[in-house]
Amino acid sequence: MTVTAASEPVAAAPASTAPETDRVRLRPGWITIAAKEFADHLLSVRLYVLLIVLGIAALIPLYFAAEQIRSVAANASITPAVFLYLFQLSPEGVPILRVDLWVGISAPLLGVAFAFDAVNGERHEGTLPRLLSQPIHRDDVINGKFAAGLAAISTALFAVVLVISGVGLLRLGIVPASSEIIRVALWLLTTILYVAFWLAFGLLLSVVIRRAATSALVAFGTWLFVAVPFFGPFLISFISGVLAPDDPNARHLIGQVLPSTLYSDISSVILNPTVQTTSRAVTTSQYLQAQSFFPDSALSVTQSLILIWPPIVVLFGLTVGCFALAYVRFMRQEVRA
Amino acid sequence: MAAPTPSPSPAAGERRVPRKGRLRQREKVQIPEDVGPIATRRLSKRYGDLVAVDNLDLDVRAGEIFGLLGQNGAGKTTTILMLLGLTEPSAGVARVVGFDPTRRPLEVKRRVGYLPDNVGFYDGMTGRENLRYTARLNGITGPSAEARIEAVLEQVGMTDRADTRVDTYSRGMLQRLGIADALVKDPSVLILDEPTTAIDPIGVIEILDMLRTLVHERGLAILLSSHLLAQVQSVCDRVGIFAAGKLIGVGTVPELAAQFGEERGHIEVGFEGVDRSQYRATTKTLRSIAGVSDVHEPARAGEPFVLMTTERDDTSAVREAVLAAAAAKGLRLSSIREVVPSLDDIYRRALHAKGLAVTRGAAA
Repeated sequence: MTVTAASEPVAAAPASTAPETDRVRLRPGWITIAAKEFADHLLSVRLYVLLIVLGIAALIPLYFAAEQIRSVAANASITPAVFLYLFQLSPEGVPILRVDLWVGISAPLLGVAFAFDAVNGERHEGTLPRLLSQPIHRDDVINGKFAAGLAAISTALFAVVLVISGVGLLRLGIVPASSEIIRVALWLLTTILYVAFWLAFGLLLSVVIRRAATSALVAFGTWLFVAVPFFGPFLISFISGVLAPDDPNARHLIGQVLPSTLYSDISSVILNPTVQTTSRAVTTSQYLQAQSFFPDSALSVTQSLILIWPPIVVLFGLTVGCFALAYVRFMRQEVRA
Repeated sequence: MAAPTPSPSPAAGERRVPRKGRLRQREKVQIPEDVGPIATRRLSKRYGDLVAVDNLDLDVRAGEIFGLLGQNGAGKTTTILMLLGLTEPSAGVARVVGFDPTRRPLEVKRRVGYLPDNVGFYDGMTGRENLRYTARLNGITGPSAEARIEAVLEQVGMTDRADTRVDTYSRGMLQRLGIADALVKDPSVLILDEPTTAIDPIGVIEILDMLRTLVHERGLAILLSSHLLAQVQSVCDRVGIFAAGKLIGVGTVPELAAQFGEERGHIEVGFEGVDRSQYRATTKTLRSIAGVSDVHEPARAGEPFVLMTTERDDTSAVREAVLAAAAAKGLRLSSIREVVPSLDDIYRRALHAKGLAVTRGAAA
């Protein structure tokens, strides 16, 4: 009853009120915001950096390791999952330039790069009050920006996977089996989930930290100690040393909740059917050995999925947690600087 | 929920609520349905111990320009953010274009155009693209959006610069684009926070003229806030003097002058061909007029004489007497007008009258 009364135009200002029919909302605000942000991303320097970084991931290993893979491909008839090997290939002596490792390192950086200034940038430019005074919900801003960043990075990742598969197919004659296609698709999805975590983390920084430069530094530092393999162990040792110096399990446990460990476990299990535990350390020779000596021990897609289900859930939980925290903080924040 | 019939009147006696009852009084305050486009009752906002807005009762009528005047930190922006539903009041209620902004912010924001203090735009986009984004957020798309954008750009005189990037704009152009941005949604109420700050004097006149035209042509209600009192004095139909979160005076400038102005009225009288040697005689003539208490000679040649009248409100008798006296003495009158005290004076007196000091450097 009060609704009817409230939705009538104000008696005091009838002449100036525009016809209500013009104001039918065609789509929710977050889609409009996401569309604008996505268009911005497509023209931004960040996207070029993204393409260059992922391009390195895609092309350099393929280029340098072409010989190596030819010798592998010669035995392709007896090795299962040689298509997946395309994603785990590195040039001799440069182990870091392996597609899955390289993506695992660069994706977090790209994730935070697309989000670290999402909210504080608007605040700095003075566009936030103007944006929020439009008829949108406040969470539309965060949702739209998150969706746009995820869409931009996912598109690029998808393109990289297509390029690698295409090169494998056309130049090296490696035809993927259906289970391999499913595995690569799963790898792409989990990688997008991993990127989503870092986007949510960047978004949280952009809400909590008022200056974009500061949040960029924090984001970079976190990336360095969490996602880069060389620095990662320091962080784990440090945290476990502080929290529980005498407990050997602490180190392991902390490693288990670090998003980078979770992702590398997921990635190695999905891309390599012979990996049967989520403890890593698979070298190229181990991989080939495992494939040629125990071809029957390869896991099915379902079995691999069961193996990585816990880390996927934890990673998803971390992502939701970060996003929810950013969301709550943003909803309660004052609009002005 | 809100009762359809308002309580008889938010009586003045009822306003002195005991301190402990102040925190949760929001449900008790009622606001009538038939108020103007903007109304607040006992609206308050506290940040910890700091009271930013204190029991504010504000009414803006349709078709008027209302000036909310006060120093930086007086609570103007906080009030505006509460009217838009961007900040939640600690107590009290607001009703904007018929809706409670706290409960139905989208309905309010759909109908209210807002120009924030220090408005910003997306640098990499042109003015037109920025407006297009705003239109889209308001559900206006396609040809109707383009026509609407063209119309508001025309209205603020930005048509020829609309397709250059915003980072090439001057402060004044940003401000005008900001007003265009607020108009894109075809609002029935405009809320402008410091619309004339950081703009050169000619730009200010242009913007104020534009606001006048908008009110005349479209019957908008405009609430504008400013700390530059003299600038907005000319354009506001009514002003509210805002200090320390309270509205200490509301009315037209003459009404406020009557409330807070000087005891005596001022009349300026200019004469043609009266040089310094004739000042004394002229002053004597003027002083002999009934109702004139004092006369100030011009400091420089060509400036008018200033008469102080004994009565403040009605100076027409004195003015007639001046005319008669001038005719009798053969003096040629070039001008005669009553001087309305400036808003700056009124503001200072109002603060003084309420025992509030004029502080400097308070945060916005």
